[in-house]
Amino acid sequence: MMAEATPPVPEPGENMGKPLPRYEARAKVTGEPLYADDLQLPNPAIALFVTSGIARGRILQIDTAAADALPGVLKIYTHLNAPRREVTKHYTEGGYVSDSAVPLGGPDIVNDGQIVAVVVAEDFATARDAAHRIAIRYEERSPSATFGSAGAATIQPDALAAKSKKAGDFAGAYAAAPVKIDAEYSTPTMHHNPIELFSTAAAWNGERLTVHEPSQFVWQLKNGVASALGIDPENVEVRDPFVGGAFGSKGMMTQRSPLIAAIARDLRRPIRNVVLRDQGFTLATYRAETRHRLQLGATRDGKLTALSHEGWEVTSRQDDYSVAGIEATTEMYACPNIASKVSLVKADRNTPGFMRSPPETPYMYALEAAMDEMAAALAMDPVEFRRINDTKVSPVTGAPYTSRSLMECYDRAAATFGWNRRKAEPMATREGDWLIGYGCATACYPTSMMAATARAILTPSGRVEIQIAAHDVGTGAYTAMQQIAARELGVDPRMVSVRMGDTAYPPGPVAGGSMTTASAGSAVKLVCDKLKQRLGGALPSGRELEQAFDRLGTRRIEEYAEWTPPGQGKEAVQALYKGQMGGGGGAEGGKPKPLMYAFGAEFAEVRIHRLTREIRVPRLTGAFAGGHIVNPRTARSQYLGGMIWGLGQALLEQTELDELRGRYINDNLAEYLVAVNADVPEVDIIMVPEVDSQVNPLGVKGIGELANVGTAAAIANAVYNATGKRIRDLPVTMDKLLDVPA
Amino acid sequence: MRPFEYHAPQDAISAVAMAGEPAPSHVTSLTQFVGGGTTLFDLMKLDVMHPARLVDITRLGDKGLQQVRRDDRGLHIGALATMAALSDDGAIAKDYPVLRDTLWQAASAQIRNMARLGGNVLQRTRCPYFRDTSYRQCNKRDPGSGCAALDGFNRMHAVLGTSTSCIASYPGDFAQALIALDAHVELLGADGPRVIRFADLHRLPEDAPQIETSLRPGELITGFLIPGGTWPRSTYVKVRDRASYAFANASAAVALKLDGGRIEDVRIGLGGVATVPWRAARAEALLKGAELTEGAAAEAAEAEFAGAAAREHNRYKIPLGKATLVRALLQAQAMEL
Repeated sequence: MMAEATPPVPEPGENMGKPLPRYEARAKVTGEPLYADDLQLPNPAIALFVTSGIARGRILQIDTAAADALPGVLKIYTHLNAPRREVTKHYTEGGYVSDSAVPLGGPDIVNDGQIVAVVVAEDFATARDAAHRIAIRYEERSPSATFGSAGAATIQPDALAAKSKKAGDFAGAYAAAPVKIDAEYSTPTMHHNPIELFSTAAAWNGERLTVHEPSQFVWQLKNGVASALGIDPENVEVRDPFVGGAFGSKGMMTQRSPLIAAIARDLRRPIRNVVLRDQGFTLATYRAETRHRLQLGATRDGKLTALSHEGWEVTSRQDDYSVAGIEATTEMYACPNIASKVSLVKADRNTPGFMRSPPETPYMYALEAAMDEMAAALAMDPVEFRRINDTKVSPVTGAPYTSRSLMECYDRAAATFGWNRRKAEPMATREGDWLIGYGCATACYPTSMMAATARAILTPSGRVEIQIAAHDVGTGAYTAMQQIAARELGVDPRMVSVRMGDTAYPPGPVAGGSMTTASAGSAVKLVCDKLKQRLGGALPSGRELEQAFDRLGTRRIEEYAEWTPPGQGKEAVQALYKGQMGGGGGAEGGKPKPLMYAFGAEFAEVRIHRLTREIRVPRLTGAFAGGHIVNPRTARSQYLGGMIWGLGQALLEQTELDELRGRYINDNLAEYLVAVNADVPEVDIIMVPEVDSQVNPLGVKGIGELANVGTAAAIANAVYNATGKRIRDLPVTMDKLLDVPA
Repeated sequence: MRPFEYHAPQDAISAVAMAGEPAPSHVTSLTQFVGGGTTLFDLMKLDVMHPARLVDITRLGDKGLQQVRRDDRGLHIGALATMAALSDDGAIAKDYPVLRDTLWQAASAQIRNMARLGGNVLQRTRCPYFRDTSYRQCNKRDPGSGCAALDGFNRMHAVLGTSTSCIASYPGDFAQALIALDAHVELLGADGPRVIRFADLHRLPEDAPQIETSLRPGELITGFLIPGGTWPRSTYVKVRDRASYAFANASAAVALKLDGGRIEDVRIGLGGVATVPWRAARAEALLKGAELTEGAAAEAAEAEFAGAAAREHNRYKIPLGKATLVRALLQAQAMEL
């Protein structure tokens, strides 16, 4: 059985661009692109981190003598001889770093896998040999690892309290509701594990510093490194033309970057550092474990009357990072009485951070699982239950959604999936030894935008170069920018080349929040428009173009544009140049901001073996509406990848924690389970056409983080349909189902 | 990784002559044989193993080392045959389906192309506390230091054959087929060849988990013999969280000879649940001569796991291990020959 040789190319629907293949596709599959660590530096030395074997305590003694004695070892850094760096704050506090604990800042150990030494050697093998010869003696203290650990304090900082959304009288309405659900859910620690390992290479040329590092925000890295080293950001350039997967883990600068740059300065030699796979579990951010309590009240005919979502998230001692996804869950369905609250649990862990759909993935899982429980309690079809409670306005503020095609998504996906074959009664469908269940859930992702700047250069040949320091993290952003420019200029996309991922170019947005197409794309559209204006409103072709150049007396026309999202001002561009997300927006003319979201509906079939309870997912169907789709081919890939990831979150992914020792257990790709091909037999993607002219000039909503939002709930709901058992703690694994009678 | 000497001899006698210096066990021997390197290189990078000398055995020209052949004694499998070579052999798949089933489910295609069968059965445990030298407690790595898995995260650890010194599970798959089919292991040492029962190759951890096998330091596995006739009604059920490329939460290799509904002969090897490849002798004894029903299978499984001992996170392995055995027995029974 051979799979088809090429993936199906989706037919573009209404309000969709051409399904062009990625213009760098061939180069990528033939290994041509140079990723950050492939970029050459003259005569680099290799730095290797040595990380702590305990999660809390103090270094009593660190003996590097045996390592120092190895030929080829240049220098070993510890807290006793660390290069000096300025203290920089967490990025949510106006600084740049994703974790404010400074490596080699002192003898204290505050989390598992903390950097305790850096070996610099002529080659990697020597560095690793030396690393193994360093002997460290600790004074160990018992760590507080997670929820429920002794010494883990629960807090609600003011910034989080301000995010609590309320409407009406939840307590009263819940007490009076004829049908109620009160359930607790949890999601585990997860790590991004991009195939491209984390790395930093740094080289100084006098005052000038060059950094090669995979990054989702090169201007943030440029400014962050400068800030930590106390130098002028003008003197720092960051290069990173291709990113081999990121998912949020390469979004904000870690402490590794300034440390490696400081070592390069100290040794007066270029330094390359690659973070080993296991080290990546503690030297980058991760998705924190979350807990949820959902209380829903409804009338017997299925109208929600009360909704409360309380969340708890683990974070580090040093920083108050949170995702607080109640913003989405309280505004999803019509409900007059709403309460919500999020608390943090401070533990001896490194600081968590963005991971694809940071707030929505865990919080929407809890809401959508609870919605399924309520539909079952009401003996109502889960799709119809959502239809009854569909809304076109925020139930909290009354602000309208700019567009919301949720039910269109449900209807299209339900038809394709064959939802009408579902039996509402659990355990009612079997095939041989397999119990079969169907489930569904809502996907959503807010449309966010950041300021962006871009440059366009036109030459008499008609070739256009677009320069923007945005980032293609594997999503197809190069091609999207090419298509947007070609469409605006009315030229063949092959005449447009795009340069990204380099601080030599004007700053674009962080490749996060699914903002790149809308934000960078809007800047590209604007700069192309300016280019057209220089040439009288349209781009002439062939001979006429050359004549136009002659008239202007130049061989090169260059334009630069700054775009700010609606409601943001000039300060958003200034923030961008400082590598900060800035922006904001806020109420327009006293009216509440309209809600901007992309939506989807996801359906899953699960099969569970009656004896061993393995859970397999033979089919997934998802329908999505995200405004204008620039490229249906790359969009389809994003949806596919999202749902496959969602499947992994439902059934496989969790960073296992030794709670006694506060340490991660499965810090490798053999045991940190993500879906492999055998887990993913059939995924149907439906792109529902949608026009939204309010979100931005392109009519584009972000879609990269949409599809992995509903999948885990759809699968968990299907597991209930198959077995009659609610598994509320992700991932849903066979051991949790062994007590089901079958 | 630490520097090492590398040798690539042309024949097995030269290879074993390079090894054999005294050592507490073959895994701590200063000289290690390397075939595909899929486990050894991994453990050397992690600094769990640091041999001073590697003897590459992939170029040994001895007849039979790379071969799979049959004669009137049974099936001979050369220790240097790759996992892929044996699992892709159609005749083997027909006559010994359990061999193919344990191999194709054992690893990615890349690993199956590299890994040799002799080394495969010696794959060392995936216990995280063993593989990460920053954990001070591991009796297997550092005898007498304790066992962090006992009160650590032990969801993948063993419930059969454990001791208070070690609960690390045996990670492989092929060995379950070999132990079920009463295979012999052919060895070559400095003193010449010898043959042992496969069932005697792996040692229970007891109070010396650092000694994993009965191999003498410097002794080389040259082949396996599966004595007697074929086992066309045989299969392997590997249960795991992920559909492929994952270690077994529980597995069962089953070979049956049926006389109508009655079990004439049955062989069972269990994996994922035990510290060593586990011959389910109690279950076999109950099943032999009995009618094969789901109830009889469940009773046999119950008996086999009667002595199982779980820790905090691996309790599920007792019901799962039983269910896996029942499923494998029924699956073998349902095979159409």
